[in-house]
Amino acid sequence: MSQRAKSAILSCLLLAVVLLAWHVGTLPKGGAAQAVDPEYARLMGLDKPKSDGLPTPAQMGTTIAKQLSDPFYDAGSNDKGIGIQIAYSLSRVALGFVLAALVALPLGFAIGLSPLIHGALDPFIQVLKPISPLAWMPLALYTIKDSTTSSIFVIFVCSVWPMLINTAHGVANVRRDWLNVAKTLEAGTLRTAFQVILPAAAPVILTGMRISMGIAWLVIVAAEMLVGNLGIGYFVWNEWNNLSLSNVIFAILVIGVVGMILDFLFGIAQRAVAYVE
Amino acid sequence: MSLFDNPFNAESSLGCACGRHASAAEHEAAGRDAEALSGQALQTAVVKALFPRDAERRRFLRAVGSNTAMAAIASLFPLGALQAMAQEKGKVEKKDLKVGFIPITCATPLIMSAPLGFYEKQGLNVTLVKTAGWALIRDKVMNKEYDASHLLAPMPLAISLGVGSGALPMNVATIQNSNGQAITLALKHKDNRDPRKWKGMKFAVPFEFSMHNFLLRYYVAEHGIDPDRDIQIRVVPPPEMVANLRAGNIDGYLGPDPFNQRAVYDQVGFIHLLTKELWDGHPCCSLGVRAQWVKDNPNTFAALYRAVLNAAAMAADPGNRSTIANAIAPANYLNQPVPVLEQVLTGKFADGLGNVKNVPDRIGFDPVPWNALGVWILSQMKRWGYLKGDVRYKDIVEQVYLVTDAKKRMKEEGILAPADMPKRIVVMGKPFDAAKADAYVAGFAIKRA
Repeated sequence: MSQRAKSAILSCLLLAVVLLAWHVGTLPKGGAAQAVDPEYARLMGLDKPKSDGLPTPAQMGTTIAKQLSDPFYDAGSNDKGIGIQIAYSLSRVALGFVLAALVALPLGFAIGLSPLIHGALDPFIQVLKPISPLAWMPLALYTIKDSTTSSIFVIFVCSVWPMLINTAHGVANVRRDWLNVAKTLEAGTLRTAFQVILPAAAPVILTGMRISMGIAWLVIVAAEMLVGNLGIGYFVWNEWNNLSLSNVIFAILVIGVVGMILDFLFGIAQRAVAYVE
Repeated sequence: MSLFDNPFNAESSLGCACGRHASAAEHEAAGRDAEALSGQALQTAVVKALFPRDAERRRFLRAVGSNTAMAAIASLFPLGALQAMAQEKGKVEKKDLKVGFIPITCATPLIMSAPLGFYEKQGLNVTLVKTAGWALIRDKVMNKEYDASHLLAPMPLAISLGVGSGALPMNVATIQNSNGQAITLALKHKDNRDPRKWKGMKFAVPFEFSMHNFLLRYYVAEHGIDPDRDIQIRVVPPPEMVANLRAGNIDGYLGPDPFNQRAVYDQVGFIHLLTKELWDGHPCCSLGVRAQWVKDNPNTFAALYRAVLNAAAMAADPGNRSTIANAIAPANYLNQPVPVLEQVLTGKFADGLGNVKNVPDRIGFDPVPWNALGVWILSQMKRWGYLKGDVRYKDIVEQVYLVTDAKKRMKEEGILAPADMPKRIVVMGKPFDAAKADAYVAGFAIKRA
């Protein structure tokens, strides 16, 4: 049996164990129903099985099937299908990420090429980098005066640093020999930048972008829980309102799957620019 | 300076509020009605246009006398015709509105107006936007993202004064609801019902500037507990209260429904008392708008107003409460089980300790923003140190709470508006006189003022 098949079997076994533990853990407690006033029981909702509490795996399956059967429904401004919510989140992430790339890549190039700029900007980068992007939210709401733009700004802030630092690092560490060869061939600055430095630094830059995208996807959920009004984070928050744990778990799974797909796509891009020295 | 100042009073200053105290009191005594007031607002506007500088206006009025001045101006400007125009139902300036809300039953009139078609009837296309917390609602109102919004009754006062945020003149069109809140405690405090023993406990309220905060402070202070030193009061958005109670982060909360009933329904807490037992008829939430927005969109404002007033009138009838519970329960609005909402709205509820209680006026919908309510709120803001120095209670409230406007719109819609506040303000047995707010504040043993 190949290594790969063995791993797959082990994965399945792990999943089965988790599901079994979950099932056993959420089995309805068979406590004898206390003799209460039927009217009271009705008001407490004790006469029917309730939707809240930790769902069993079977209930979870029904929720997933129900949500996925109609992912694009639109039942009003605050109630839309999971597909639409994901689309909102992805569009915010994409916008914030592209803006961050537009700033980080040129700036990273400049920092990587010029030790002077590097020295001048480094203190600022070191202070700004560790700030949690969500800490910017109140300030952003106050100054930008628009909640959607504020959440895009938060995505921008969180994805700009890994890209900036990786770009600078990648550019600064291009092999001297290649730059010298470019010089002896009398290549211009622009030509050197685009035909020598960029391809050489591309794998490192893409690693930075991959990290940025991962962080952006983490942050958007939190930002939307804070700001609300559509998006996967809002969906989680809205279901938390209703203490509907099965929907919250469903959203968690969806967030995981989408994050995995995004990471996978960047993995492909990374392989495309990889080279062997 | 208010549009409702008498412009023909040589002593009053149209440029600032200083000179108006005496005149406002006189007017109160004389009993102002809606038409006279809106007429006066127009006259003020005209006089202001004629004499942009106060000094000139005063000189003119002193020289000719106010009656002559009034006659002279009336002959030049068709004030009567203008007044009539202001009262007609005009074309709405802005059809598509964004209105923010927090998913709680306090906002019932505002929310039910969408599914039950009250907005549509007034020619409005309202998008209700569910919002995560009060601070965010405040920011979105100030950002002009929302045209109007569900606000806690104290918030428009606080925002207008610039307490806890930048200052921005706000108006309260209607109070959304009265009563309808409760103190919920975690089940482990089943035998700990005496507030005197609550030292060291942690409580949640939805926002600093909320009736919840002021009522909880009032309640514990009456039992000798200092809310700032003996207990911890933290701000938790209403939807997150039940989850926090379950997790043991808090021992209880004075929160809005349905989250009190939801805690009972989920068997994590019990209803210690309804706020109705503290002050029967207290306001809670309001429909707030920016003062500038009202000026820019007077007809839209009137239409929005009529829609919500009609909804409040429907909600006031106990016979409609079940219908309403069904209309506002879906995920688009409150996202709550219907039985929970029914218990809140009909007042027949389980208290979490095994009893079924029947309190038909658990929540009420009296839309008139009585000024005395606002004065009480300010008195508590003063008491707990949110407001410093001298507070001109009545002046502030009159600028923010549009009581005459509310009565006028109710009359237009054929809704019976009471001439005076139906119930006197009595909080935990202590009557409140809006005219003696400072003495009231001074009379408390525990205070920060």
